[in-house]
Order: sequence, then structure tokens, then C-alpha cells
Amino acid sequence: MEFGLSEEQLMLTESLRGFLDERLPMNKLREIAEGGLGFDGELWSGLTEQGIMGIMVPEDFGGLGLSLLDAAVAAEALGYHAAPTPFAAALVMAPLTLIASGDRAQQKAWLPRIASGEVRIGVGFAGMSGQTGEAVARLDGNKLSGCITGVLDGGDATHFIVYLGDGRAALFAAVEEPGVSVSTHRSLDRTRPVTALVLHDARAAILGAANDPKAAATAVLDAGRVMLAGDTLGAAQSMFDKALLYSKERVQFNRVIGSFQAVKHTLADIITMLEPCRSLVWYAAHAQDGPAEEARVAALQAKAHLGDAGREIARLATEVHGGMGFTDLLGLHYWFKRIAFNRQLLGAPERCRHEAAVAQEWVS
Amino acid sequence: MDLRYSSRHRALQEDARSFIKEYGHLSPKTGGGRKRPDARALDWQELLLERGYFARNIPREYGGFGLPVDIMELAIIAEEFSIAGVSPGIMNQGISMLVPTLLEVGTKEQCIRWIGPTIRGDIIWCQGYSEPGSGSDLAAAKTSARVEDGQFIVNGQKIWTSSAHYADMMFLLCRTESDKSKHDGLSYLLVPMNAPGIEVRPLVTMTGRAEFNETFFTDVRVPTDQIVMGRGDGWHVANVTLKYERMLLGDANKLTYRLARAVELMKKTMLAGRRFIDIPEYRERLLKLQGEVMASKYHGLRLMTEQAKGEDSGVKRLIVKLNGTMIAYRLSSLVVDVLGAAGLAYEPVGEASEDDEATTWQIDNMYDIGLIIGGGSSNIQKNIIGERGLGLPREPKSVPPAVRG
Repeated sequence: MEFGLSEEQLMLTESLRGFLDERLPMNKLREIAEGGLGFDGELWSGLTEQGIMGIMVPEDFGGLGLSLLDAAVAAEALGYHAAPTPFAAALVMAPLTLIASGDRAQQKAWLPRIASGEVRIGVGFAGMSGQTGEAVARLDGNKLSGCITGVLDGGDATHFIVYLGDGRAALFAAVEEPGVSVSTHRSLDRTRPVTALVLHDARAAILGAANDPKAAATAVLDAGRVMLAGDTLGAAQSMFDKALLYSKERVQFNRVIGSFQAVKHTLADIITMLEPCRSLVWYAAHAQDGPAEEARVAALQAKAHLGDAGREIARLATEVHGGMGFTDLLGLHYWFKRIAFNRQLLGAPERCRHEAAVAQEWVS
Repeated sequence: MDLRYSSRHRALQEDARSFIKEYGHLSPKTGGGRKRPDARALDWQELLLERGYFARNIPREYGGFGLPVDIMELAIIAEEFSIAGVSPGIMNQGISMLVPTLLEVGTKEQCIRWIGPTIRGDIIWCQGYSEPGSGSDLAAAKTSARVEDGQFIVNGQKIWTSSAHYADMMFLLCRTESDKSKHDGLSYLLVPMNAPGIEVRPLVTMTGRAEFNETFFTDVRVPTDQIVMGRGDGWHVANVTLKYERMLLGDANKLTYRLARAVELMKKTMLAGRRFIDIPEYRERLLKLQGEVMASKYHGLRLMTEQAKGEDSGVKRLIVKLNGTMIAYRLSSLVVDVLGAAGLAYEPVGEASEDDEATTWQIDNMYDIGLIIGGGSSNIQKNIIGERGLGLPREPKSVPPAVRG
């Protein structure tokens, strides 16, 4: 038994963090965030060189064939730097959908293109995601109609996958197709947008090869939830690190503010919340390869708990910064909003906990 | 990440399961630990020691089972006993605090003399640390010991000495070097509780039970060889002991066990024709706690892995007590709410008191506050986390307000 990261996983964290440290300084982050698309060509090609495009793509299809825990480690690093880039949907949920529900030909057609960074697929759910907004889709032959809001990783996406209520998935191109209307809006979190899809008899490829489509769809949704939890973990860690550093530098009443118990205890409270969160995220990612009920409860509890702990940590870390934390000057708000975004997507804490109760048969 | 057991560990798990199946009916009731072990508990303890389910890593010459430390083995044993609701053996301050302290800094003679009887449950220890004037500021202890005719002569007062009313021995932090600075003037003595001059007065707590005592010392004589390390080393030894205490408080197994009991209770307890688990407000509280218990449990596994590798977990270990005691309190608070008005009849004193489920939960709920305070209160934990864990500067020294006169 060993509970922790492998050497390779530690190296993945280190190299991603190093890359983002260098390539995404505050002024660059601001510049990309102004557009609000959650995509930057230069950053994307840099990340391609880092090898994360194929993180979930099997080696047979040109990917790295890594585990969801590796992906969670990457999500944490991206959250730490509030990286304005597609990830949870485009590089995790989309390949997992193709692996679980695509036929061999579809896998051959799409997975290598995901691994090379050539396609970026946004993912939305008609029902079942537990988030607010419009979520209706119906399939007539291979023609898809409906309206889905709050689609993840839609900024500059080349394609979309929409899950239907019955667990089947439909894949279609983002542009140049009649009946497809994509509108991407800047969100509260300027590092990632929200996308709305309006579809009228759009031609789509059906990904329907899973034996149990509903279970397959749920597994993909839960994997996405673990990614958002991992992203929040990184963002919360980043806010804590900034608050700790600030508390050791900022002087008031002739003392650094970190010597005041009020501030010291706040930081102690944050780290006491934060470290167990990391273990929960790691476990939840690892558990997705195990028995279904355990996997479900772990993903749902991780999403819920990180949503709540993340919000609390974001507030406390902002408070430690005093008035400066409230301004745009420090840019701390990018992480605050990153955490807020992750909380609402794919089911907020209360919704996830309810699902966890159902999964454990506490209620029907 | 690999949560599977090795074949050796699986074999141990099987052994533990069949042991529990065969002998589990001999186990004393779990929990409690607030009274002297009875004959049933002592027999059970002997059986556990004989089979290596207790004191597994303590050398044979000191009465243990003598196996090299394998933290996973201990976790497997603890988990199996916890799941089965079977007593993992005697838990008291002598076993969980003094024994590891002696192993770390005691002499061989001291280990031979004290460890065996302590782990068998024959010698019960109490802790003489806090004083009325030095609680969180432990190093300000005033209880003194001077040397006279080759013996320490102890005078002073200790407080919060749980189990002093039935303990055989006390590990005592007292001032022996009056000419030295606060932290350098302390020593750690092993004091027999039947020595003339010791008076134990029960201290009734908010639970209504005398769980603690005040202990008074008037010219109490202690042989000079009953000191751990040397004169003036008391602060160092006391910190070794506290380290083991903080590892004990905030144990994730206890949280998992409690959560399971809360779920059971909420599935069977009704309010206005509905099970509590079907009432969204209560269920949400339970689910929230489940998430936190899971996080604590896996945090514990992470620490264990680091410990097995010999890594220093730093701040990750320092948060365990603060985190665990607070969740434990919120869990017992939820249960007390589920019991509601029907759980308010309360007679905490007497033989039958612990047989009543509601009374036990009410006691636990209040006792949890005691655990939040004891072993370094939550506020002190936050100082330790901030200063030792995060490298924040200490509060500047201030002088006490001048006495007007």
C-alpha cells in the first residue's frame, strides 16, 4: 500500500509548474484573460510540447495512456496558475467519451487528433450534469437539435460532444455546419468562458458503442468533476501561498502581519482545510478505476468538498491581503473566480452531495 | 498510488480477521477508557500481547512482541478491530504517551522496569503537566522538586490530571533548577501515586462526572533515579510525550467509526414519521461530514506512507489534532441533534450511565470539547501550525500587567 504520488507524477507537476511559471506571468495572464476565451494559441502549443494533450489518450492512439490521477495532478498545476486553457473537457472528458462510447473507427479518427493538439472538443450535458441553465437535446437519426448552456471548454473549440439524457453522446464540428450555432461568452472567470449551443438538425456522429451508456456517461461526468476539484485544489493552494508570503512581508504596527495571531490563525485554518483536500482529490482520481459505487461517492464528495473548502479558502486568503486583495492590482481575484467557476460547473456541492446519498442508497 | 495490500499484509489481515472471529467475544466493551481496566480487559490485553496485536513493535525484553516497525501492519490491525467493534486493547496515557517516550529517551533499566507492567495494564499512569497558572504555557510550571538526602522532594499542584484517582504512577513535569531559565529548569519525574503527601481531589467537569482531578504535593519523596533523562531536560522530554499525544488525538479511525454509527442511527431514528436520513437538512449535514471524514482518512494514509518512507511530514502532521477533534465534535453534535428532545434525559454518574446510548453521546459530545482543549488547545495548535509549520514569526513578548498596590 502506498498513498501518494509516484516519481513520474511528481515530475509531471514540477515540469508543468515550471513551464507555467515561465510562460504565464501575471501580465501574460491578464492579457489572455482580457479576451476571456480560455484559449491562447501560444500557450496551447507550449502545453502540447509539455505532452499533456495525450494524457488520457491510450498509447495505441498516440497518447500517453496515463491514469486519471495523472490528469488530476495536471489539473492542480493548471489551477495553481489559473491557466487559461481547455483541459477538463477537451483533454479528459472528450477522450474518455471516445474510449468508453466510440467504436473502433471513431477512436481511430479522433483520439490521435486529440493527442496531437489538433482538435479541441468542448463537452456539454443535456440533463444529468446537475448544473443550472438550459439543457435539452434530442436526436432524430443522426440529426441533433436542442439547446445546451454552460458547455465546458467551448472557447475556440473545434468540435463538441453533447451527452443525451440516455447516456449516448453526439459529436459534431463547431463551425461551418448548418444548424450549429455556438456562442461563447466571457464568464465571471476570465480564464475560462461559458459556451451555449443552439442546434437545429445538426449533423452529428453518434458515440453509442458503450454497453451501458448511462453508466459510461456518469463515469465521464464524474471524471470531469474530479478534474474541477483538482483545479480548485491548485487554485486554493496558490491563494494560500500568496497569502502566506504577503503575511510575511506586509508590515503594520511595526510588525509583519503574520506575527498577529488573528492572521496566523487564519493561515493555520486554511492549511488545516487544504492538506486533507489534496488527499481527497488524489483518492477520488484513483478511485475512478475501481468499483462503481466507491468511484461515484469519491468523485461527488471531492467535487462537493473542494467547492466548499475552496470558497472558504478563497475568502480567507483574500482577507489576509486586506484592501489589496480586493483590488485588481494584485490579480488575486483571478483565482477567487476560478474557484467560483469550478464550484458551479458539473453540479454545485449540494447537488453532488445529494447524488452521493443516492449512490449509497441512503435515499432513492 | 497503490491502495492494495501486499500478500504479507493480506495474510496479516486474514489472521486478524480469524483471530477476531475466534476470540472477539472475549473483548471488553470498546470506548470508555475512563476507568481502571477490569479483569476482562486485563485478560483480553494479555491475549493481544501474546498474539502480537498489541505492542507489536516493542522489544521482547520490554514485554512487547518485538517485530520491526511496519506502519501498515499497525493500520491493518487497527482497522480490522475498529470495523469489528472489538477492543484494540487498553488505551491510556501511560501506553500511548509514556511508553513511546521511554523508548525514545529513557534508559534501558527504565524501559525494563516500566514498559512491561504498563502495557499489560498493571500500572496505570496519569500525566502531571498543567497547573492552575500554566496551562497553554506549560513551561511556566511552578511545581518544584529539590534534592534532599538523595531524593527529590516535590511540592506544588497539578490540574487536569485525568485518571489520577486510580492511577499508580504519574509522569510529572516540575521545576528542579530554580537558577536556570524557564525552559531549562524543568525535569521529568516518575512519581508513585501512593507516596505520602499526595492528595487527589476530583474535579467535576461539564459532563457532571469527575473525569479529572487536582493533585496536590506536599513534601512528596521520589527516588532520584526516577527521572527521565537528566535534570533540566524536562522540557525536551515533555515535548517528546506531547508529540505522541497529538498523534493520538484526531485519529481518523475514530472518525470513520463514528460516521458509520451516525449513518446507522439516522437510518433508524424517526421524526414525525420520516427517517432522519430522509430529511434533507440533516442528510446534508451528514454528507458534509462524510466528505470531511474521507479527506481526513486519506490524509492519514498519506501521512502513514510518508512515515513508512522516513519522510518528515512537517505541517501536514501538525494539522491532524486540530482537524480531527473538530470533526469529531461536529459528528457527535449531529448525533445529539438526531436524538433530539428524546435524548435529553441525562444521568451521567453511576454504573448504568454508559449503557444508555443517548447519555453516552451527550457525554462524548461534551468530552469532545475537552479534547479540543486538552493536549494543546485549538488556539495553541494554530500557533504551532503557524510558527513551526508555516514559519510565521512568534508573537512579540509582552510583560504581564503590573499589579496595582
